[in-house]
Amino acid sequence: MKRNINLIILSVALLAGMIAPLATGASAAGFWVEVLLGGLMAGVLYSLVALGFVLIFKASGVFNFAQGAMVLFAALSVARMAERMPLWAAILLAVVIMVALAFIIERLVLRPLVNQDPVVLLMATLGVTFFLNGLGQSVWGSDVYEINLGIAREPIMILQSVFDGGILVNKDDIAATVAAVVLVTLLALFFRKTKTGRALRAVADDHLAAQSIGIPLNRIWVIVWSLAGVVALVAGVIWGAKLGVQFSVSQVALKALPVVILGGFTSIPGAIIGGLIIGVGEKMAEVFLAPIAVHAFNLAGGGIENWFAYVLALVFLLVLPEGLFGEKHIDRV
Amino acid sequence: MLYRENGQFKTSYRGDQQMLPILQDRIFMALLLLFVFIGGPFIFSDYMLLSTIIPFLILSLAALGLNLLVGYCGQISLGHAAFMSVGAYAAYNLALRIPQLNFLVVLILAGLIAALVGLLFGIPSLRIRGLYLAVATLAAQFFMDWTFARVKWFTNYASSGSVSTATIDLFGWQLNSPVRKYLFLAAVVTVFAVLAKNLVRGHMGRAWMAMRDMDVAAEVIGIRPVYAKLTAFAVSSFYVGVAGALWGFVYLGSWEPLAFDINLSLNLLFMIIIGGMGSILGSFFGAFFIVALPILLNHLPGWIGFDMSTAMVSNLEQMIFGSLIIFFLIVEPQGLARLWAIGKEKLRLWPFPH
Amino acid sequence: MQGGRQIGGVVLGMEGISLAFGGVRALQDVSFDVREHEVRAIIGPNGAGKSSMLNVINGVYHPQQGTVTFKGKKRRDVNTHEAAEQGIARTFQNIALFKGMSVLDNIMTGRNLRMKSGLLAQALRLPWAVREELQHREAVEQVIDFLEIQAYRKTPVGRLPYGLQKRVDLARALAMEPTLLLLDEPMAGMNVEEKQDMCRFILDVNDQFGTTIVLIEHDMGVVMDISDRVVVLDYGRKIGDGTPGEVRGNQAVIDAYLGVSH
Repeated sequence: MKRNINLIILSVALLAGMIAPLATGASAAGFWVEVLLGGLMAGVLYSLVALGFVLIFKASGVFNFAQGAMVLFAALSVARMAERMPLWAAILLAVVIMVALAFIIERLVLRPLVNQDPVVLLMATLGVTFFLNGLGQSVWGSDVYEINLGIAREPIMILQSVFDGGILVNKDDIAATVAAVVLVTLLALFFRKTKTGRALRAVADDHLAAQSIGIPLNRIWVIVWSLAGVVALVAGVIWGAKLGVQFSVSQVALKALPVVILGGFTSIPGAIIGGLIIGVGEKMAEVFLAPIAVHAFNLAGGGIENWFAYVLALVFLLVLPEGLFGEKHIDRV
Repeated sequence: MLYRENGQFKTSYRGDQQMLPILQDRIFMALLLLFVFIGGPFIFSDYMLLSTIIPFLILSLAALGLNLLVGYCGQISLGHAAFMSVGAYAAYNLALRIPQLNFLVVLILAGLIAALVGLLFGIPSLRIRGLYLAVATLAAQFFMDWTFARVKWFTNYASSGSVSTATIDLFGWQLNSPVRKYLFLAAVVTVFAVLAKNLVRGHMGRAWMAMRDMDVAAEVIGIRPVYAKLTAFAVSSFYVGVAGALWGFVYLGSWEPLAFDINLSLNLLFMIIIGGMGSILGSFFGAFFIVALPILLNHLPGWIGFDMSTAMVSNLEQMIFGSLIIFFLIVEPQGLARLWAIGKEKLRLWPFPH
Repeated sequence: MQGGRQIGGVVLGMEGISLAFGGVRALQDVSFDVREHEVRAIIGPNGAGKSSMLNVINGVYHPQQGTVTFKGKKRRDVNTHEAAEQGIARTFQNIALFKGMSVLDNIMTGRNLRMKSGLLAQALRLPWAVREELQHREAVEQVIDFLEIQAYRKTPVGRLPYGLQKRVDLARALAMEPTLLLLDEPMAGMNVEEKQDMCRFILDVNDQFGTTIVLIEHDMGVVMDISDRVVVLDYGRKIGDGTPGEVRGNQAVIDAYLGVSH
């Protein structure tokens, strides 16, 4: 009961916050829609990174702090290899690399630490983050690289009849959304319809029970980490095409953590919705809230988006700890 | 043969409760202190002091603070550098706006302010734990990053956003040379380490460790989780705040908000993982390791005889850190401190094999 | 069996306790009382709700219905800390010891409720903080002597064999100087010798300190031997209440244990 009340209050608050600039007339309708769309697009990227988290956590209970580093590593591999071969080949090769990475991580990091506290595993993935970042930059270099997906960069104007002046939308954002939708659909089908997908769901539910019916845990974990690696690859390619492949990508990917807090650690729809909420919330806060704050408190510039996601996650943690779609845990003595 | 307790009987509980019950340990500690305070100034060059020893001392203090929270009380914090920045900026503003205050007072006050902020951000730990708490602590990190970069009052409206500090004056004794800075820091760190050791040996320390090991059982015994967790956050942030103030004033001299970013937070965490969680000594080991490794890596190629770009060195550093974290977590989760303890155990038997 | 102490009036009363987790009904309308200085056993087949009952007594679980009266004070929702303050201590089925600490430190945590010196006093080792520590060390050493674990004082508990860990669990509870001691399967997993030792300790605690004891136990021999009165639970309901002799002859109890369907 209490959870439902909290859920309603939170949802109302969030919605109110989003609609406020429009309702109070502080912003033109068209501009508001643009900001909304921009936020949604950013949210899609966050969701993609968060998807990787959720996959791994669902199947192995490990909180993969290194997901962002995996995104960067994948993006770097594609970007650099695409300099010498067609893009599709680079991507294929990158998939192989990510799968190999999954093997190595499972063997060297996960298996030895299999029964440890989740916090220990978190710290181990922290170690993986550092290692990957160092490795990626020494192998592929530390400049900013480009991924050229062949999509035109100029934005297009839509809905000119509805809104005054129309709304600017980026073509690569549209491509990103399409890719994300395709990916999520494929994953959903995979989990529901295939044998391996079912096995993964079993493992996510109960390791011991799954083992007792003969599901090979280690192989499952390799599969999951490979999947997460592929998801990271997709996220990395999209992100890299949009922003250029650089170190800041793995830092920005940290923001996917609040996404899983919002959505629930074990929920794929939660990762999507959480990502969209964070993306929109951030953008709205930065575009509409920041100027007010700067003016009211005489601040040296905005930058609210640096912490908005985390503070929102904090609020959720205190009010709705299991997230929008997560499972409640009961502690038994 | 040297390191035996034979003949050292304790005839009272008071004797048993000493910090260093074994005579050889006491001798070792006395020699160490002699070396640090009397030998050090002559043996260490200015360069060594500035590049290694001084940052090592301050980071040990910060690692100690983090260890109290993470290693002893079991509450994870990924954003602890935020409290260092609170200490640093608090000290800066205190020294700036109330110049009559003695620096020691500034230091303590800065620590207390950091403790207060730490207490505030520790409140989520009352309802959430583990991974969830980790993300919540990130909120502290990024929010404080932003606060000190944007709220101009803290940086005294400096256009560049960075602040600088004057030479520290302690009752007329100016800290204007590396040796003086070193002695001051060594004294501060020694005092704080002793205080921490006393805390963890008392009932507060036991309450923290109980919370870490099994909080449900702790509550059943009558330990108040709220009190235990919040005091852990407060004391930890106090230490880290003082370390932050020292970092800014004694080591850096001037700094911008990014000096206390998430990388520093993660480095602090690494220090206690590698050094040993739940160990005062371990904090020192870890800090030394993190400070010494980059310097070693910088010089090693030269010694061996080939060239490495600075970028390559920093990448190698990251890779080595990462692998070591994993290595220690797998092989020796209690870090270097445990290896040290094992070494001492072997020493008790030396030269006999069993 | 138990000589030299008087069983007093009712010190703990459970009235109409009902406890459910979601759809699972752990306890249904259970009522019984415990008299001061007695040894009360709670028995029943697995899953009968015995541990849940203990958890209700010391505040780990809050029943949806019913009240608990302890030392004359009625309450339904008490938190574990208050229960500890009121003088209720317990041991756990799964030995909830603090693995990172030594035996001595584990038992010392049992004294935490009574240690009042502040942070600063401890950090600076001010005289009264030191004195308090030594005082409580004395008390703990008495418990250590009582349970004969002197040799293991400084050993990390994780390294001790199971039987000794259970003894340390008991020691920690005793260090709280409780009025009411709840023992959750104190003899589980022990061999005959260890069980005899544990029986002796429990009886000594009851004898020397007058502690009221409520224990969950599966070994019928032990139960019949050391308890004054027994409560029998099955599927969350009370099906027997009385002296060991009375309960032994109760048909419902026999049926429950033999698995007669009902």
